[in-house]
Amino acid sequence: MTATHDAAPTGSATAGPQRGGAARRRAAAGRVPAALLVPAGLGLLFLVLPLVGLLARAPWTTLPQRLTAPGVLTALRLSVQTATLATLLCLLLGVPLAWLLARVEFPGRRLVRALVTVPLVLPPVVGGVALLLVFGRRGLLGGWLDDTFGVTLPFSTAGVVLAEAFVAMPFLIIAVEGALRGADRRYEEAAATLGAGRWTTFTHVTLPLVAPGVTAGAVLCWARALGEFGATITFAGNYPGRTQTMPLAVYLALETDLESAVVLSLILLTVSVGILAALRDRWVTGP
Amino acid sequence: MSATGRPVSATGQPVSATDQPEGATGRRAGPAPDSAARRPLLDAHLVADHRGFRLDVRLRIAAGEVVALLGPNGAGKSTALRALAGLHPLTAGHVTLDGVDLDRPDRRVFTPAERRRIGVVFQDHLLFPHLTARDNVAFGPRRHGLDRRAARARAEEWLDRVGLAGYARQRPRQLSGGQAQRVALARALAVDPTLLLLDEPLAALDARTRLATRTELHRHLTAHRHAALLVTHDPLDALVLADRLVIVEDGRVVQEGDAATVTARPRTDYVAHLVGLNLHRGRGDGHTVRVAPELTLTAADRVDGDAFVAFPPSAVALHRQRPDGSPRNTWPATIVGVQRHGDNLRIQLDGPVGVAADVTPAAAAQLRLVPGQLVWAAVKAAETRAYPAGPARPE
Repeated sequence: MTATHDAAPTGSATAGPQRGGAARRRAAAGRVPAALLVPAGLGLLFLVLPLVGLLARAPWTTLPQRLTAPGVLTALRLSVQTATLATLLCLLLGVPLAWLLARVEFPGRRLVRALVTVPLVLPPVVGGVALLLVFGRRGLLGGWLDDTFGVTLPFSTAGVVLAEAFVAMPFLIIAVEGALRGADRRYEEAAATLGAGRWTTFTHVTLPLVAPGVTAGAVLCWARALGEFGATITFAGNYPGRTQTMPLAVYLALETDLESAVVLSLILLTVSVGILAALRDRWVTGP
Repeated sequence: MSATGRPVSATGQPVSATDQPEGATGRRAGPAPDSAARRPLLDAHLVADHRGFRLDVRLRIAAGEVVALLGPNGAGKSTALRALAGLHPLTAGHVTLDGVDLDRPDRRVFTPAERRRIGVVFQDHLLFPHLTARDNVAFGPRRHGLDRRAARARAEEWLDRVGLAGYARQRPRQLSGGQAQRVALARALAVDPTLLLLDEPLAALDARTRLATRTELHRHLTAHRHAALLVTHDPLDALVLADRLVIVEDGRVVQEGDAATVTARPRTDYVAHLVGLNLHRGRGDGHTVRVAPELTLTAADRVDGDAFVAFPPSAVALHRQRPDGSPRNTWPATIVGVQRHGDNLRIQLDGPVGVAADVTPAAAAQLRLVPGQLVWAAVKAAETRAYPAGPARPE
């Protein structure tokens, strides 16, 4: 058995970055291939043009009267309220579910993860029908809820919240689960060595660490809930003041008065973009 | 470096009863060193499996003692630390702290990390990024039942002790690496752990900060009345901070003892490399040890049977021709490498045994030492130590 000093070369020849590498990289970044640039530009145009159309066709002169027309503010308030309630419901149920998916090994986890994303690919109208089959008066749970508590969910404001939450929850779960998987678990271990149990660690360490992910998920969830149409109209109907949200009002107006539909769309657009922008500046900081 | 007579006033602050959280054990007065030696504060036999790797290490740490767990990357140091902290369950063996079993699979005893009186300082500090320095330090005391105010007061006291009183409201990202590591030390000590674990506490720091932080750490480890285990791959950290070294390789203890023993009598290539010695194993017969079929080295010590021979690279002299005067301890060798080593050049030699030799640049130029060159190596018997290659444990 021999023992020698490690002969690893210090390698002064290979050490240090290659000179001129940064400049070359910058030059390379300057050349954007047309094959990418052209479709990228078209894609941007495709996304922006409808918004431009909306602005161009807006009846700016009669806007003040139309904004204060009865029903408009009611629909807007209902939309914001139900979307917010749906987001809260999603946070309450979705964050623990995301934690379970990210942190606990259990049989059938892949299946559960797939099930969670089903509402993403399900046509919202089908979602509405499915909700009716469960929560409708003669549905799996609806009858029992009606008999026991006298609670009727379909065609009520609560039904709107339920329909929106059903459609929007996957957005939150996916965002939060991703954030949890990306979070450094050693912080949780550090908390444990300092005497924090699992629940305290979750509330005091894990949640603050993934707060940006939760916020981003909640914003996506809220935006999706605000625009929800198919499941809402199927499950909750279209009663002004009770279940008629903005998207429903837009659709209804489209059949009678195009200008009114444009105004409603414009309001919805302004509110959603405004709130998203405000949140983005405050919490959702990009990479 | 000894475990005895650790002062508690290194910070100039007497240790008062308020330093102790509720339920602290009766060790605050500092145990007598001799009784501590008889009953270790930590008694652990760590057997753990991690991805096909098995750790099997015995560890005993007396009150007031700082032990360094030293080993190359992948030796199982981190698994050992995690097993002690309760972050990795044992497969067999036990962790007994202050007479209480914390983990003993055969009796189905397992105390989770949050209920062990064990503090951990992590390699890259792991301060909670969303909390201020003060609230990071107050986190532990809060979990141990102090109200917010008392916990913050305790935290400020500890920040003051690590010299960061003015940084209470800073977030971790506003602190330098050294400051963050000191806050992490304060955070671990603020709950007065019976055992303090330090996982490569200096590895993430740059050289200058490292020196200052090592000094600071030494001060606090000296003041810590309970047991401390330092996990490191840096021999300097281990020699400066620890009273005793436990060296692990491939999940096993290969050598343990105080710094003087380990540095003078390495038992594995890894340890020899750490302390900068040439180490060879062979059969001893009186003052000679046969280390290769055609090479017998003469040493100052007497040894019989399986034996180690160790000598520093500076004890190896190189000659172009076979030296005349001393026929002993010379052999022909080929130069396979030349590196800078401090002010000298370190020459790697191949031959009957692989050896490193230190020569001055002037001598190297005179001898024209280049790779491939044939030379004669000579080692002074007076600088060669020989000792039995018996069991790895001392005495």
